[in-house]
Amino acid sequence: MDLEKYILAIITTNPKKVPAGAAVFHCDTKEEMENITANLEAILDGIAHALSDELYVIVKH
Amino acid sequence: MLRTDYRQYPTYLHGKIIHVALGFIAAGLGTVAVPAILEEEFTAITFLTLAASQFREVRNMERNTLTELDSYELVSRGKTYIEGVAIAFESRNYLVIFTSLVSTLGYLMFNIWVGIIAAVVAVLISKSLMSGGKLKEIVDIQFVEPRFDGVGLYVDNIYMMNIGLPVRQAEILRYGMGFILKPKDFNSRSTIANLGQRQAILHDVSTALGVYRDSGTPALVPLAKRDLDDGRIAVFVLPQERDAERAIEIIGDVPILENAIRMPSEKKKTKKGGE
Repeated sequence: MDLEKYILAIITTNPKKVPAGAAVFHCDTKEEMENITANLEAILDGIAHALSDELYVIVKH
Repeated sequence: MLRTDYRQYPTYLHGKIIHVALGFIAAGLGTVAVPAILEEEFTAITFLTLAASQFREVRNMERNTLTELDSYELVSRGKTYIEGVAIAFESRNYLVIFTSLVSTLGYLMFNIWVGIIAAVVAVLISKSLMSGGKLKEIVDIQFVEPRFDGVGLYVDNIYMMNIGLPVRQAEILRYGMGFILKPKDFNSRSTIANLGQRQAILHDVSTALGVYRDSGTPALVPLAKRDLDDGRIAVFVLPQERDAERAIEIIGDVPILENAIRMPSEKKKTKKGGE
């Protein structure tokens, strides 16, 4: 079975919210989080989705 | 008959030569068939079956080429569109056979003038058979500015996708355009719901107006989503040329794909008649 969508990376400023099982990037500020997300989006060819103000995921579609 | 338009297909020169050559073969076959029948050489008809399998091969060839190329398009054509193009190529070869057959028949049975008239009539019939429907016949198109509600991208009230980064959101608001396609009746509702038909719309708009996109930017992808309540389709595109009127025109001119046409209302009718 092929997975069509999967989470490539998780970027967060709140370590408590993050599940295990994926690459997680902890950030101190929102700006840092947005920067890292923008870079990872470009590197991984995925789309950055915001789940909340402190939690972003990069998803491959 | 062989026209390279905005779709840029068949490709200029070599692709064209292939199809002109095949058309010539088709015309030859149609012409030979009539004298063969007149001479009571019925076995010659078997050549027509050979021709049929030959032109099915044309369809395969087109399908394979376009499918191969599709993965390198920024906005892909989609399988339904490709199948539509392939079918068109096959059927047009049969139209060539039909035209040459009718004109040869006219010439042999009467004289050259009847032959010419028969050819003209056949070409006119072919023309009408070749022109499929256009999207503007089945939907009303309206321009709507896309907007963000939090991180959700909306066109009118239809949710398109989640865009997380504020930079990306600004980019999308700057280049993005939204259109609402409102189906005119119940049949067209199912037709435009077809994913292949939707992809064809996105491809055509992106071809004609350019697309603000590159490989490795999956967030900047044109989308078409459906309103589940009333079957309206929201089209979100990122054209390089932001011209709403032209875009509406282009969407209206998108061919209705044969394989996408659905007629749920026909079903009701036959049921009533059968009872």
